[in-house]
Amino acid sequence: MESIMFYILAGIVLIAAFLTVSTTKIYRSVLYLLFVLLGIAGIYFLMDYDFMGAVQLSVYAGGVMVLFVYVVLLTEKIGEPVRKIAFFRRVIAAVTALSLMGLALYAIWNFDFPVGSQKTPTTVNKVGEALLSYGDNGFILPFEVISILLLSVMVGAIVIAKSKKAKKEEL
Amino acid sequence: MIEGVSIQMILTFTTLLFFIGLYGFITRTNLISILISLELMLNSEAINFIAINKYVYPGVLQGAIFSLFIIALAAAETALALAVILQVYKMTKSVDVKEVKDLKY
Repeated sequence: MESIMFYILAGIVLIAAFLTVSTTKIYRSVLYLLFVLLGIAGIYFLMDYDFMGAVQLSVYAGGVMVLFVYVVLLTEKIGEPVRKIAFFRRVIAAVTALSLMGLALYAIWNFDFPVGSQKTPTTVNKVGEALLSYGDNGFILPFEVISILLLSVMVGAIVIAKSKKAKKEEL
Repeated sequence: MIEGVSIQMILTFTTLLFFIGLYGFITRTNLISILISLELMLNSEAINFIAINKYVYPGVLQGAIFSLFIIALAAAETALALAVILQVYKMTKSVDVKEVKDLKY
């Protein structure tokens, strides 16, 4: 049952991902990306990592998607197709991607993964304790670094959005 | 781990997703589309981290927590990049990579 769910979700994600990179209308591309993100959240839930699925839904499907939709609406005219991609360029890209993909798949299918047998769900409790402990398996330092990074990104986004505007008025 | 699905199947799925993203990254000329392709690639990386953590090292949390950090970094990067794209649009009235020849003027 779980394997059937996985194959269905993987099929949805791959089809939506292919449509994301191949559609000619940018707004549709953003909407297909939403399906990719939702399917990936479903795969996280299947892997017994509920917290990650919730983060994926709230941060990606909620926050990042809204950002994308806003920027597309601010910069593009809806329904207008993007610039045509040259056929030669597409062939080059497909050959590059397919050959590298073959290499990666060859490596994956020939490597002997030492797969364990027990099934351990990752609960929110365990993740929270690991994030805030400063022992052997603690992640307090990267956690704090990430919080400082998010603060600086917030400041940076405001500075980028404001300073150029002032400069333009001078010109 | 998912019952009845081998780690090779999950890694094949993420590899396909990654290279679909790479294909979009190379072919697209629109800045927003390039960023969308980048999101596909980052998402496949996050699944990889969790899958290998769950299948090969079920006792530890390293991969699970690294994928959380990947999501935080991807969200931060998206916010900054979209701010830059909006500024580029204000300057050049276009979000095409061909128009963005210089960042400073």
